[in-house]
Amino acid sequence: MNFEFGRVALVVLFAVLPVVGIALGFFAPALRARGPLFVAFFAGIIPILSLYIPKRFLSGEAGMRPRLDQWLIIVAGFALLLGIVNVIQNGTRKVARREKGWPYSVVLLTGLFITGGLGIWGAISGQGITSLPNGSGTPFKWIADNFFLPLQATIFALLAFFMASAAFRAFRARNTEATILLVAGILVMSGRVPLLEFLAAPFPPLQPAAAGASQALGKLTEWIMQTPNGAAQSGIIIGAALGAASMAIRLILGIEKGYLGLGGGE
Amino acid sequence: MRTGGLSRAQARPTLVAAPLLALLLQLLARPASAAAPETTPPPSAELPAPTSFAAIDRPSDGGGAVLLTWKDPPGLPADAAIQIRRAVPPAYEWADIATVKPGVQRYEETTAKDGVVYRYEIRATAATLAGPPVVSDPVASRDNWFAANRTNSFIATALFLAILLVSIAMAKSGKNIFIRRIAGLNAIDEAIGRATEVGKKVLYIPGIQSMDEIQTIASISILSHVARVTARYGADLDVPNKDPLTFVSAREVVRSAYLAEGRPDLYREEMVNYVTYDQFAYTAAVSARMTREKPAAIFLIGYFFAESLILAETGQSTGAIQIAGQADPTQLPFFVATCDYTLIGEELYAASAYLTREPILLGSMRAQDIAKAIVILLGILGIILTSFGLVSYPNLFKTQ
Repeated sequence: MNFEFGRVALVVLFAVLPVVGIALGFFAPALRARGPLFVAFFAGIIPILSLYIPKRFLSGEAGMRPRLDQWLIIVAGFALLLGIVNVIQNGTRKVARREKGWPYSVVLLTGLFITGGLGIWGAISGQGITSLPNGSGTPFKWIADNFFLPLQATIFALLAFFMASAAFRAFRARNTEATILLVAGILVMSGRVPLLEFLAAPFPPLQPAAAGASQALGKLTEWIMQTPNGAAQSGIIIGAALGAASMAIRLILGIEKGYLGLGGGE
Repeated sequence: MRTGGLSRAQARPTLVAAPLLALLLQLLARPASAAAPETTPPPSAELPAPTSFAAIDRPSDGGGAVLLTWKDPPGLPADAAIQIRRAVPPAYEWADIATVKPGVQRYEETTAKDGVVYRYEIRATAATLAGPPVVSDPVASRDNWFAANRTNSFIATALFLAILLVSIAMAKSGKNIFIRRIAGLNAIDEAIGRATEVGKKVLYIPGIQSMDEIQTIASISILSHVARVTARYGADLDVPNKDPLTFVSAREVVRSAYLAEGRPDLYREEMVNYVTYDQFAYTAAVSARMTREKPAAIFLIGYFFAESLILAETGQSTGAIQIAGQADPTQLPFFVATCDYTLIGEELYAASAYLTREPILLGSMRAQDIAKAIVILLGILGIILTSFGLVSYPNLFKTQ
């Protein structure tokens, strides 16, 4: 058994301390509410310290910081289990009560049990979930390749249509700002799409002029993207970074408690 | 020849053990250079030796590395290389570590074990020739207590923390802090009120990231406020989740909000529900829910990727009031184009302070503004200094 400092410290901070907190909470409910704040403090302070203290127990490959990330994955695994239970509970309730849209829940539960069952069977039987020993795909992989991936691609492809409808709405020149947006949008699109070369293709005498204009538009596009657009983005990023840093410190110090459902003052 | 390191004769180990007396006599009887095994080919006077050779523990690291630096000798032939070897005293069995081209003049040896004392040797080699070796002082790697290469970041963090604590202390003392109006946050109550009036649900989407993303945490804080308002108004709330940790947190927050408002009777477990871990399956499910159930108010607050526009456009088509919030500029244009109100960047993080008006939280917002002013001043200073040719100014802000 390896009793290295980082490992022991993590167990004390994130296992022993919360359990003690919960136990004490039975006698003092106010103390129980403070337990998560202690956990949040240590979970927040360890990555910050590891940024400036390269000591092995803290930042090494088996240090507190990487282990904390591993623990997060473990906790997320248990939370995923709760999520699956929630999906089954909600789905079965809708079907049992014949609530509106209950046939969708039947499809959902069928897909969940068949795909999940095949995945679990592949894991238990030792065949894995991707390919069989003879090189052919497992049933789980077949479902993923023939149902899941095409459906995923379909939803993603819808983005193109939504983008067109959103652009139509955003580019209506209702006021000065919208007009500037419209002009900038047209210029950037013209610079990114070789439209002029395409239009000049049937007319050879116009091709050099089209190529020159296209190049000039390309440079203008780069300028718009890098200078006004880049400056505005930098402003948002700097503001957001300071906001995030401020919020992180509030979380670590236990000032911000809304995410625990402990916020007050309303 | 005088170099920065030790010659091999100086590097000879001191042998004091009595049982090894015979071996010591043998060693003394041999030429000094024979203390360590020689490589093939033997040293040649035709190749000069590197100078200023030093081996030190690599600073600011987590151990396991030694930094070697030297100066190449002048007049090396075109095919020359610098051979690097290592030995553990007192054994002096030299092992090849690396061969580098001249001009590099440094090498980070990352196979060292912490606490083990090494000596390093370098020499120039070319074809069948090998120059005289230069041996370093003994060196051992170790893990360091401070990352000196992040001193600038450390100072900035400490300064920001100090400003934050002072601002909070001032806010606690009752000093009035002005906070500008944020239309998106003011519209929350209005949107929920409208949903209550028309008897439709409020849909809150907390992004697709987990609780290790600060935007998600900010979103959950806003959810806490939204849930309190829906509890107060008696509106129906629906919070579909993609990430399981966010789901668990959101459920706890909504339950607490209904309890805090004294309306536990209105809280139902299915209000906060889990959908799926896949990005586009989640998008499809939530879009379908929008189309079928037509919520009156939709909140898209958190971290979104490609699904942002699909969700916002679908919500827009249903006629719902939409309030979005994101700090990442890549998805913001989509929300601005499709939503009624958008919390841009820092407004997302300011929400809890704005909504609760707690002095401590307002103090932290003031600190944020002071820090922003400092960043703007540093930026202006950088423009001026760089314009006058002080191009090393940006290096002050570089971190490793």
